[in-house]
Amino acid sequence: MKKIDSLFLWLDERLGIQSIFKMAKKKEVPLHRHSIWYYFGGMTLFLFTVQVATGILLLLYYRPSAEGAFESVQFIITEVQFGWLIRSVHSWSANLLIAALFIHMFSVYFMSAYRAPREITWITGALLLFISIGFGFSGYLLPWNKLAFFATKVGTEIAGVVPIIGHPILRFLRGGDEVTGATLTRFFGFHVAVLPAIATVLIGTHVLLVQMHGMSVPPKIEETEEPKTMKFVPNFLLRDLIGWILAVGVLAALAAIFPWELGEKADAFASAPAGIKPEWYFLFMFQTLKYLPAKIFALDGEVLGILGFGLGGLFWVLVPFLNKTPGHGRRKLVFNVIGIFIVVFIIVMTIVGYVSS
Amino acid sequence: MIGTRNERQSLQIVTLGRRLPASPAAFRRRAIVVLTVAALATLAYFVTFSRKTSAQETSSCVICHSKLEPRLSDPVKSFDGDIHKSKGLSCNDCHGGNPNKADKAEAKDPNWGYVAKPTAQQIPGFCGKCHSDANLMKRFNPSLRVDQVQEYATSIHGQKLQKGDQNVATCVSCHGVHGIKAPDDPQSTVYAANVAETCGKCHGDANRMAPYGIPHDQYDKYKSSVHANALYEKHDLSAPTCNDCHGNHGAAPPGLTSVANVCGQCHSRQAELFQKSPHKEPFDKMQRGECLRCHSNHDIKPPTDTMAGVGPGSVCVSCHNNDKGFAAAQNIGSDLGDVSAKIDEAKELLDRAEKAGMEVSHAKFDLRDASDGLTQARVLVHTASADEIHKALTPAMENATKNYAAGEYAFSELSFRRKGLAVSLVFILFLAGLVYLKIRQIESKPPSVES
Repeated sequence: MKKIDSLFLWLDERLGIQSIFKMAKKKEVPLHRHSIWYYFGGMTLFLFTVQVATGILLLLYYRPSAEGAFESVQFIITEVQFGWLIRSVHSWSANLLIAALFIHMFSVYFMSAYRAPREITWITGALLLFISIGFGFSGYLLPWNKLAFFATKVGTEIAGVVPIIGHPILRFLRGGDEVTGATLTRFFGFHVAVLPAIATVLIGTHVLLVQMHGMSVPPKIEETEEPKTMKFVPNFLLRDLIGWILAVGVLAALAAIFPWELGEKADAFASAPAGIKPEWYFLFMFQTLKYLPAKIFALDGEVLGILGFGLGGLFWVLVPFLNKTPGHGRRKLVFNVIGIFIVVFIIVMTIVGYVSS
Repeated sequence: MIGTRNERQSLQIVTLGRRLPASPAAFRRRAIVVLTVAALATLAYFVTFSRKTSAQETSSCVICHSKLEPRLSDPVKSFDGDIHKSKGLSCNDCHGGNPNKADKAEAKDPNWGYVAKPTAQQIPGFCGKCHSDANLMKRFNPSLRVDQVQEYATSIHGQKLQKGDQNVATCVSCHGVHGIKAPDDPQSTVYAANVAETCGKCHGDANRMAPYGIPHDQYDKYKSSVHANALYEKHDLSAPTCNDCHGNHGAAPPGLTSVANVCGQCHSRQAELFQKSPHKEPFDKMQRGECLRCHSNHDIKPPTDTMAGVGPGSVCVSCHNNDKGFAAAQNIGSDLGDVSAKIDEAKELLDRAEKAGMEVSHAKFDLRDASDGLTQARVLVHTASADEIHKALTPAMENATKNYAAGEYAFSELSFRRKGLAVSLVFILFLAGLVYLKIRQIESKPPSVES
C-alpha cells in the first residue's frame, strides 16, 4: 500500500491528479424532469470509444486499395476469429452513435443549453456533428462494395453541384474525376487520420468545457426552482455505466442477429443498383433534393437546395449568437418552432425516403 | 459591333471576301437576303426530288390499277412497303410492259416483255432474272447470294415443281409477292422469328400435306421445343428455326446419316464425342438417326439427367436391357443425379445461410466450378463412357461436398453466435444489475443526494 501511495504522490506532484480527483468529487449533476437527456452526451462519447477500439482492430487486417479492400473485409468477416463481430459492431455502433448524437444535440437545443457561457461548447458539438457525418460518409466507402461505390458517386456528385467551388471539391474528394481506387485511398486517410485527429481535439475541448461549466439547467427550471443535485462520481457515472453496459448488449445482439451485410464487390462498369439510397442520416437531404423542382426563379433547384442546407448548417452553428436570451418570450417561441420544424422535417423526409421507391 | 475581332474576320470570309457593312441594321438586311436565297434553294431541291418520286408513282400501271377492284389495286398498296420499291424498282421491272403508255394495250405490249401473273413454274425464273444475275445484284446488295434459284432446283419443292406440281412452295410462298421485306426486317415473313410460322402455313395444313403422306405437326412440335423457347422467349435470334436444319432455298429433310452434321453445326463438341463413341457404328448400321434417336427432332426438349439413366424418362433403355450398356447407363444416371443433387443441396444451404446474414459469397462463387464440371460431364454423356463421366464428375462432387460443408459451417457459426449472444446478454444484464445494486447501496447509506 505504501508503494502505491508513494507512486500516487509522485504522480500528483507532476500531474496534479489530486486536484482532478477533487474536481470530480465536487462535480454535481442537477436533478429535474429533463435530467434523462444528460445521459446522451456520455452515450455518444462511449460509442465513439467503441468506434476507436473496433476501428483499430479492423485496421489490423483492412487493406485500403480497390484491389484488396473488399477481399480484406471479406477475410475479416469469414476467416478472422470474431472478425465478423468487430466489423458488425463497428458498423452498428456508427449508426447508433449518429442517433445518440442527434438526440443529444436536439435535447441541448430545446433545453437552450447553448446559452452563455456555453456557446463554444455548442459550436464544438455542432462541428462534431459534421465530423461524425464525415466519418459515416468516408467509412461507408471503405468495404468497396457496389452500394458504397454508387452512394459515394452520388454523394460526391451532389457536392460537385455547388457553384464555383463544387468541382474542385468533387475532384479533391474523388482524387480525380471519377470514383476510383484513388478515392478509396483518400477516404481511408480521412477516416483513420484526418477526422480522428480533428475529432480528438474537438471532443477534448467539448468535454473539458462541459467540466468547466457544469451541466446546464433549462431556463424555466432555473427560474422557478433550485434543482436538487446528484454527485457525478459515483452516482451519475454509475448510472452512465449501466447505459454503456446495456449499449454493449444491444450492439452484440444487433451484430449477432443482423450481421452488417458486405454485398457485392464494387464494379465501375456495372449499372447502378435500382433505387439506390444513402445512409439514413443523409436520406432527408437526399429526398429533399429529389423533390426540388429543376428550376426555382431561373436558378438551378438542386444548387439552391444544397446552398440551403449549407446555410442551415451555418445557422445551426450560430444558434447561440442568434438566440442570446433563450427562455424568454417571443424569441424562445420562434426558436422552439424552428427546432420542432427541423425535427419533423427530418423525420418526415427520412420516412418518405424509405417508403418511396 | 457584333462578335469578337476573329469572329468578324471569319464572317468576312464566309461572305466571299466582301467586307461586312459597318452597321448592324445593314448586316441584318444582308443576312435576311442570304437566308431567303438558301431557303429557296432548299425548296427547289425538294421540289425536284419529289417530282422524280412522283414520276415513278404515276406510271400508267399505278394510275390504272389504283382505280380497279381490290384484287387488282391491292398490289399497288402493298408495293409501297416493298424492299424493291425502296431500291427504286417499279412494276415494269418485274412484269415488263411500258409504263409510259396510257393505253392499256400499249402498256401491256408483250413486245415490251409484259407478263401479267407468272405461273408457279415461271416464278423461280421470274425472280431469278435479277436475283441470279451477279452483276446486277452487286449494284443493290453486293453480299447477297445469287444461287437461290440453283439451290431451289435441288430442293424437294423445286423438284416437285419441275415435275409439274403447282402446289409446292415457290419464292412468293415464303417471301410474299408485292410487300416483300428484307429478311432482317422483323416484319418479313422470313425473319428468323417468323420462319416457322411461314413454313407452318403449308406444313401445318393437314389437307395440303395429305397427298404427300408427310406429317403436319412439325410446327406445333417445334413450338414446344427448347429451340423455340430460346427464339421466342429469350429472343435469341441465333436459335435454330426450320431453315437452320433444313436449309431455305434448297429445303430438304436432312437424311438420317447427315442429321449429326446438321446438329453438329452448333453442338460441335457433342457431335465430335458421338462420332468417337461406341454408339456411332451400331447407329449407322441400324440406320438410326444419330441425335434424333435420343433427342427427337422437332420437339427437342431440354436434356435432363434422367435421360441418361435407366429410370423413367431414360432413352438408353429403349435399346439396352440387362446388358453392359444398361449397367453403364445406370452408373452414368446415378453419377449425374448424385452430383446434381449435391450441387442443389449446397446451393440451397448457402442461399439460406446468406439470407440469415452469413457471408458465404466465396463458397457460392466456388460452387460455380462444380456446376461447370457437371455441365461438362453432361456433354461427355455422348461418349457413352461411364468411366470418363465418373472421372469428370469426381472433382465436381468434391467441390459440391466442400461447399456444402461451408454452408453447414455457416449455420454452426450462426448457432454459436446466437448461443454466445445469449450467454453474453446474461453476463451483461448481470453486470448492469450489479451496478444498479451498487448505486442503491451507495444512495441508501450516506445522503449522497443533496437538496
